[in-house]
Amino acid sequence: MLNINCPYCGDRSQKEFAYGGDGTVKRPELNKEVSDEKWNEFVYLRKSPRGKHIELWHHIAGCRQWFKVQRDTVTHEIFKTAKMNEEIK
Amino acid sequence: MQKYSIFSLIKNAFSNHEKWDLAWKDPSPKKEYDVVIIGGGGHGLATAYYLAKEHKITNVAIIEKGWIGGGNIGRNTTIIRSNFMYDDNARFNEFGMNLWRNMSQELNFNVMFSPRGIINLAHSDAQMNAYARRGNSMRLNGIDAVLLDREEIKKIIPMADFSEDVRYPIFGGLAQPSAGTARHDAVAWGYARQADSMGVDIIQNCEVTGFDVSGGKILGVRTSRGDIKTKKIGLCVAGSTNVLAEKLNITLPIETHLLQACVSEPVKPILDGVVTFGAGHFYISQSDKGEMVMGGDLDGYNSYAQKGNLPTIQHVLTGGIALFPFLSRLKMLRTWGGIMDMSMDGSPIIDKTHIDGLYLNCGWCYGGFKSVPSSGWTFAHTIAQDRVHELNEGFSLNRFSKGYLLDEKGLGTKTWIS
Repeated sequence: MLNINCPYCGDRSQKEFAYGGDGTVKRPELNKEVSDEKWNEFVYLRKSPRGKHIELWHHIAGCRQWFKVQRDTVTHEIFKTAKMNEEIK
Repeated sequence: MQKYSIFSLIKNAFSNHEKWDLAWKDPSPKKEYDVVIIGGGGHGLATAYYLAKEHKITNVAIIEKGWIGGGNIGRNTTIIRSNFMYDDNARFNEFGMNLWRNMSQELNFNVMFSPRGIINLAHSDAQMNAYARRGNSMRLNGIDAVLLDREEIKKIIPMADFSEDVRYPIFGGLAQPSAGTARHDAVAWGYARQADSMGVDIIQNCEVTGFDVSGGKILGVRTSRGDIKTKKIGLCVAGSTNVLAEKLNITLPIETHLLQACVSEPVKPILDGVVTFGAGHFYISQSDKGEMVMGGDLDGYNSYAQKGNLPTIQHVLTGGIALFPFLSRLKMLRTWGGIMDMSMDGSPIIDKTHIDGLYLNCGWCYGGFKSVPSSGWTFAHTIAQDRVHELNEGFSLNRFSKGYLLDEKGLGTKTWIS
């Protein structure tokens, strides 16, 4: 069982959260021309690193906020959580 | 190579079974090979076997970080089927079904292929309609599909919950009678033994540390047991695909996720074939030893841990007990996990890459085991001929950017939902 520290609610069990995937993927800017290659990168390509991974989680059975988590994909250790407008270095 | 038969069994009984030949050798890597296959799992071993058998390329090495059969080939739930709707998936896997049927004879190794059938249960009229459509598509591709109603299902699995007041009543289901199960370890060992006998070097405990690429061409591979020169590399590393792709500066439409399975204590025969629950993600079969073999959802977040987390097992078995209430009385014998190369549309990739001499075999999601022979056969063709076979041309790497997705389940790019 993961314990995830929601930046709004504090430490809660994994069961309250939904996963949202890689948190480093940036959507191409709106209302601008996007090449097929850039769109392919945004929609499909993922690095999926072995080790530290910045990802999105949704506190769906809690405050319903999205936020960022930095987690190790091998040990599942969670290093940091942050609000969406905060950076994880 | 020593042929396995009743006579060799009797002969070796006189020497207390102490004088059997090794099933495969344990060579050190040579300086150079025609083809290097990375990954000694089912797909890698099958690829090497078909390279030697179909294309007479025997100067081949399989390099494996761990040991033969220690990855997903030894961690799956052994289900073999070809009940796909899309032509590319259906033809590819039906081709594999024919290889499965002859595998024990061809490999001189009993893989215990047992075609007992699979039933996908439906729990609504809409789901019955969808299964009718899938069944029709299968039959157009020459695959056996039978639509069963509630009463017919009841005859096959009377121990399922057929009461009127359940949340997801059984409406019927789609069966593929020729589907089945096989002994997964035997598949790895059978391919390894035959590949070895034709001259393929199976090199275990040999980790890839880097690649030698120059001018867009493969020149060799660097390993923990020295550098190996080669012009062709076949990547068959399932859950480690992203890790090796990073060493090649390639980003793929793949995420690595954790999938768990579990078995119960052994009980007397109760379930003949494979059954999948249609209102949640749960599938079950009974092994020859009597254990109920079960699996379901991914753990749901990117993971390279080959071990799972309890909430997912609880979630999967909740679905299992809703379908088969008797499961609640069984003790779990063990649970385990493997790491899956989840592609963005749920279908695999067997293709060449922009690097000359680098061939990719990945994106197997949950379905890698059944595709071992067809994947090995087509991947060997792709490597040997330097072009894809018509059976795997749909599994191209650029289908994502071109928009020709094979989204059999229509779930989109959220790999963790499937």
